[in-house]
Amino acid sequence: MFSFHKKPRLLASACCGVILASMPILGAAEPAGHYGYGEPATDEQIAAWDIDVRPDGKGLPDGSGTVDEGMAVYETHCSSCHGAFGEGMGRYPKLAGGEGSLTEDRPEKTVGSYWPYASTLWDYIHRAMPFFAPQSLTDDQVYALTAYVLNLNYIVEADFVANKETLPQVEMPNHDGFTWEDPRPVVNNERCMENCKEEVTVSDSAAGKNLTPSTTGPLDEGITE
Amino acid sequence: MLGKLRRLNQDASKIALEESERLPSEERRRFLRSGLFTAGGAMVGGALAGIAPKALASTQYPPEIPPWTRSLGPGVVTDPYGVPSPFEKDVIRRNVPWLTADKVSSISFTPLQHLKGIITPNGLFFERHHAGRPEIDPQQHRLMIHGLVDRPIILSMEDLQRFPSVSQINFIECPANGGMEWRGAQLNSLQFLHGMVSCAEWTGVRLSTLLQEVGIKPEGKWLLAEGADGAAMTRSIPLEKALDDVIVAYAQNGEALRREQGYPIRLVVPGWEGNTHVKWLRRLEVGDKPWMQREETSKYTDLMPDGTAHGFTWVMEAKSVITSPCPEMPLTNKGVCQIEGLAWSGRGKVKAVDVSVDGGQNWQQAQLREPVMSKSLTRFSLEWKWDGNPALLQSRVIDETGYVQPTLAQLKQARGTNSIYHKNAIQTWKVNGDGSVVNVQLS
Repeated sequence: MFSFHKKPRLLASACCGVILASMPILGAAEPAGHYGYGEPATDEQIAAWDIDVRPDGKGLPDGSGTVDEGMAVYETHCSSCHGAFGEGMGRYPKLAGGEGSLTEDRPEKTVGSYWPYASTLWDYIHRAMPFFAPQSLTDDQVYALTAYVLNLNYIVEADFVANKETLPQVEMPNHDGFTWEDPRPVVNNERCMENCKEEVTVSDSAAGKNLTPSTTGPLDEGITE
Repeated sequence: MLGKLRRLNQDASKIALEESERLPSEERRRFLRSGLFTAGGAMVGGALAGIAPKALASTQYPPEIPPWTRSLGPGVVTDPYGVPSPFEKDVIRRNVPWLTADKVSSISFTPLQHLKGIITPNGLFFERHHAGRPEIDPQQHRLMIHGLVDRPIILSMEDLQRFPSVSQINFIECPANGGMEWRGAQLNSLQFLHGMVSCAEWTGVRLSTLLQEVGIKPEGKWLLAEGADGAAMTRSIPLEKALDDVIVAYAQNGEALRREQGYPIRLVVPGWEGNTHVKWLRRLEVGDKPWMQREETSKYTDLMPDGTAHGFTWVMEAKSVITSPCPEMPLTNKGVCQIEGLAWSGRGKVKAVDVSVDGGQNWQQAQLREPVMSKSLTRFSLEWKWDGNPALLQSRVIDETGYVQPTLAQLKQARGTNSIYHKNAIQTWKVNGDGSVVNVQLS
């Protein structure tokens, strides 16, 4: 099992007779917990790491961005994967389109056709995009991109300015398309043991479809559609 | 002396090749033809590694005495960290290149056809990354716990390991396991059809211990878990589950987590979809509402035929699959054989597994192999006398809640073919007269 040596900083502070960091700092409102391990998290530390945003806007920072500003950022950082108009490239996701397709044979789940909350767009761009350089955009750039992608989906007008007041007001087209309770189990079978069906018909077989990568030898880089 | 030892310490394949030099020419040809050696003398997969026994040449041992019996092998710490035999080199995780845009945000599959117990070796545990596998120095890694708590804290990995620890054996399954087969049979492989499930012993700290330490405010109802990878992956988890059986794990099968499993720490959320088991865990926030993150809205929601979708479908319903025979492990002989497989349920223990050899018309109860544990893989087996005729093999699990594993037709009836996730349907293997096994679907 791995174990960690004492942090040099701790050793140094112990040597210098400074109070160990695992003890509650002077003036902390709360006494330590039962174990008292770790260090109290300061407001500054929490603010720096607490990046999540909720549908009600909780977590959205100051700043703002327009649709036009977003277009410039998008062309630089996003269009190579997501396409100039959010149509997607290769297997990278579409961001726009697919309106009314959710009941079709091949549904297209995009920000406009599927995503229930606009806050998720800000949150996800900010935490995970651009794919090759996550968390490299400024808050203003994220606001601008959010405005632009919403506009690509005809959810906001071209003069929309995204900020912490306007974004929670945006009603997404598929907002009411979800139930947030698990209906399962939806199949309730009896445990039949004998004569459970009239007939058995094979409807499909994977034989001869040539979609299966090799399961022996070196990794199969071969089949790409 | 040392030189003599070094000379003796050559690896077995070289000795065996030299040995073959001394064979009469016809025997030597047969030996090289046996398929155990490539032209370069490298070993290729052996009996355990999924090569049908009939494909292996017969051996001259006995009566011949093999070279490894008449020589010394390498000494201790030749491999300071042990590695599998070269004869097992086909037993690896594999991916489906056409499935994802790249390998950085993708998935690999566990070779279930080669695994014999319920524990997945750490090097074969399936992988799912959203932004590749981060390389994290545990000295630099921190876990922050904050939000609606009395005492927000930051823990080093050393701090975390001072808390009381627990161990539990749990499977982790991606809810997209089998998701490529909603519209028909596509893949002819156990590994690619069902390999997004693995099982390990996890050791770490109960999340309830950590949450008690920081003190949850009365209005706290939800927990957000966040990873430190380039996707900063997040999921909302209800506090009720968080306080039940979730752990912050730092060990997997007795050693530190593998990097691809979240080193230095990950969440383990027993029985729930793999995506909730956040890896490279850096932050836990208590809140009063769910966060509606990308991974629980745009993804991991189940689209129904009427265009609506079900979210927060966390639990992995009971599922089973026959692992032997399977497409990679055909039947080689008529007569008595053991049908073996794995069963599991996100709702608790496996109560029973039934096996059918006639496509689900009639069923026999299989034997469960100990240990049978909650939210863990469970082995089953049934002895079967194969007469050489084609057969349709199925397994069906019943879990402790009484839930009976459904057929694919039933799931499609209930949910259409576009829900992607949570396809826990009965798998049908068609055994052909020559013993080969094919993935088929029944109407």
